[in-house]
Amino acid sequence: MTIHELHQKLVNKELSALELTKAVIAHKEAVEGQVHAYLSDSHEQALAVAEAVDAKIAKGEAIAPLAGIPGAVKDNICIKGQPATCASKMLENFIPPYNASVIEALQGQDFISLGKVNMDEFAMGGSTENSALAKTTNPWNADYVPGGSSGGSAAAVSSGSAIWALGSDTGGSIRQPSSYCGVVGLKPTYGNVSRYGLIAFASSLDQIGPVARDVTDAALVLNAITGHDDHDSTSIPGQRPDYTKALVNDVKGMTIGVPKEYFGDGLHEDVRKAMEEAIETYRSLGAAIKEVSLPTTKYALSAYYIIALAEASSNLARYDGVSYGLRVPADNLVEMSTKTRTIGFGPEVQRRILLGTYVLSAGYYDAYYLKAMKARRLIKEEFDRAFEDVDVLLAPVAPNTAFKFGEKINDPLSMYLEDICTVPVNLAGIPAISIPAGFASNGMPIGMQLMGKPMGEEAILQAAYTFEQARPECNKVAPTGEVQL
Amino acid sequence: MKYETVVGLEVHTELKTKSKIFCGCTTEFGGDQNTHVCPVCLGLPGCLPVLNKKVLDYAIKVGLALHCDILGFNKFDRKNYYYPDLPKNFQTSQYDLPICLNGYLDIEVGGKTRRIRITRIHMEEDAGKLVHSGSTISTSDSSNVDYNRTGVPLLEIVSEPDMRSGEEARAYVEKLRSILKYLDVSDVRMEEGSLRCDANISVRLVGDDKLGTKTEIKNMNSLSALQKGVEYEALRQAELVDDGGQVVQETRTWDDGKGMTLSMRKKEAENDYRYFPEPDLVPLTISDEQIEDARKTLPELPDAKMARFQDEYGLSNEDSRILTALRETADYLDATVKAGADAKGAANWMLGDLSKMVNEANITFKDAPVKPEQLAKMMALITKGTISGKIAKKVLASMWDTGKDPDVIVEEQGLVQITDTGAIEALVKQVIADNPKSVEDFKSGKGKAIGFLVGQVMKASKGKANPGMVNQMLKEELSK
Repeated sequence: MTIHELHQKLVNKELSALELTKAVIAHKEAVEGQVHAYLSDSHEQALAVAEAVDAKIAKGEAIAPLAGIPGAVKDNICIKGQPATCASKMLENFIPPYNASVIEALQGQDFISLGKVNMDEFAMGGSTENSALAKTTNPWNADYVPGGSSGGSAAAVSSGSAIWALGSDTGGSIRQPSSYCGVVGLKPTYGNVSRYGLIAFASSLDQIGPVARDVTDAALVLNAITGHDDHDSTSIPGQRPDYTKALVNDVKGMTIGVPKEYFGDGLHEDVRKAMEEAIETYRSLGAAIKEVSLPTTKYALSAYYIIALAEASSNLARYDGVSYGLRVPADNLVEMSTKTRTIGFGPEVQRRILLGTYVLSAGYYDAYYLKAMKARRLIKEEFDRAFEDVDVLLAPVAPNTAFKFGEKINDPLSMYLEDICTVPVNLAGIPAISIPAGFASNGMPIGMQLMGKPMGEEAILQAAYTFEQARPECNKVAPTGEVQL
Repeated sequence: MKYETVVGLEVHTELKTKSKIFCGCTTEFGGDQNTHVCPVCLGLPGCLPVLNKKVLDYAIKVGLALHCDILGFNKFDRKNYYYPDLPKNFQTSQYDLPICLNGYLDIEVGGKTRRIRITRIHMEEDAGKLVHSGSTISTSDSSNVDYNRTGVPLLEIVSEPDMRSGEEARAYVEKLRSILKYLDVSDVRMEEGSLRCDANISVRLVGDDKLGTKTEIKNMNSLSALQKGVEYEALRQAELVDDGGQVVQETRTWDDGKGMTLSMRKKEAENDYRYFPEPDLVPLTISDEQIEDARKTLPELPDAKMARFQDEYGLSNEDSRILTALRETADYLDATVKAGADAKGAANWMLGDLSKMVNEANITFKDAPVKPEQLAKMMALITKGTISGKIAKKVLASMWDTGKDPDVIVEEQGLVQITDTGAIEALVKQVIADNPKSVEDFKSGKGKAIGFLVGQVMKASKGKANPGMVNQMLKEELSK
């Protein structure tokens, strides 16, 4: 079930918000033993909001599109009074005394959160295996990872334990798990959605976005969280459009660019085939297909890992055991902080802090950080030029579909390579959506990525919506994913 | 002197904005520990900084007053280092593109004007304060952190190594403080730490172009400590070099009690702060128009005021310098002149009796209970001959104590000058009769004796007799 279907049922009084919330909680309790998407629950608050929504409906008041429809929130987004662990031992007991701006906005729309969902520790990873607190499985097959870092968000939506979810995307962390779990994930333009209250991984790349069942739901969630925020200096000023207006089933006259660099050697045959079919679908619907070249793509992964980790090394410096979070006692200050960070951070986080510290160090800054920043500029300029000729760019989300647990966790480099199709978007700050585009021969979902120009969410939503209408067979619900109402 | 002292100063000044640099917390000094804090200045996860625009305005003003270039494109950077008083373990500061570059400040020492170049000025956030259970960090069982000061806006003003003595260093900070006070952007209290000063000091043979190895001296919390600290350190280095030793690059602390600098930590290499652009703040663009608007809001600064006091008021260089050091003092003089007083006369009263009272009360002229208009009125009473200069001192003291107008005090206390010839003549005759010895002295050519006799008449009149008339009438009477 989707937000827009359930909203109609609520408004038509076919179903109460309380019934819906109870049903999703019951379903959640049934599937969580297998999926483990959640790190903490907020059922009581959820039921209270549901009752308030029902009261509004009873009084004949209008309700917001998301009102009373249970969602889930990635555990790096702060909700006042609820844990925000970042799936780390470091913040296992941290309860923020403030709301993220997106939560403030959603609370004004009677939003229901069933709890906080799992992720790679501090959003660092592509499988959610780096969570220090839980192992989330892929609802399509429990032997497979859900992707990451927003693995909990994607698995919750895919398994039906949430109708929608918030994730965050620094280098593909919304799109890749959405692709692996067969749901829709949208990374908005950098600055479209406020980052205030999103626990930072890499500040210049992080962006909160929706994970949802379909493109319409993604647009509805984006509508609910978009907007300028005075608390975030990098927030883009000005009014936002109603993104549901972009849900037009038509790509005639649209030019879809296919960047050849995204279709290189490492691409799995099943994924390649699905992309080719998608291109054919668009062609048949009247879109112009144009092959484009983005040669600087080859620098994106290196530039991304340098910039992201440099920022992360500084962003994560605050976790020192002094005033909040984990503290491992020791005889003196330096020892206390050292022990706290050694025990509190998992191996991937420690690896990234070390790398990030290294690239910023005297004597290396110019060779790494500065060069990466230059590459980033070139990548952005290349996208800008490409969007002079095309409306959207089409590419796979990842070279492969979901992999099995343990397959890549001891090989960081091959894990990093899974990000190759998603990181250029973050470096350029542009929006991109991941939508289901078929299934691999092993039955695991394949995701297609549509990229747009800055604040060009409408174009990618339109193209995604049109594909979804034309190819409904691509967007299936995972075996355990349907809530019984 | 064989050696020349070379000093460069880094001055940190807290800006007196209402709220902190990146959040809405108050900047007020004091307050119970950790009460002026919020998630942003505590650096809690997920919280983001937003620049207080007032900080930028103040920085531009200071930059213009110090003849700097204002950078139309400047940005914040992160200075990464671990210290428990720094909640994020990085300080948001400015590195390669600060708000101001290339300024200068003229100082006057020993009658000579010296131009001290200013390298740069940048904006940054202050850190918190460690409160140790013992007297020092190493002898304490525990330490608490007070984050009230965390995020208070700072300007760091960095000079070139252009000062050549402790006296010059002191004059530089004095002048800088004066300008910051004029601009009304900082409290500049060294004792409270709202102005802090680190000195980079080296010595070299006179005539040498190359800079010697420097030490950095911290903890000089007053102007005299600064001067003494620089003088001590320069002497220490000179003696060290003279004895064939070498200055070690290090950070030293000034111990005011012992009157010496002590080694804090050796600096083998530059600290690696891993600066990089602050991704949570967008770069700042400042238009020429913004800069010109700021220029228009600048008050008349000490140098300009000093020149005007000399030209318009005919004051001496020294008097103008004293009267312009504080904006409140200069404003007081201007207001007194505006109220009709003679500038030189007003300046004399201000430099004399009033300065004493203001200093004793530990206030500025702005808060003096005698208002400029009242001083002008009092001076007018002297000019009119209603009171003598001597009585005026008494009147002024009463004005200070009561806040009353001078004419009211003269009236109430019956201090009107006696100009009645008959009354004065009677007193003169009486004094001559009572002091035959002095009269004799005077007549035998001891001119000084007249002073004593005048004093006796004045005393007899309780100070109210017109001294000029007394003088004249005494002389007439004695020559009879």
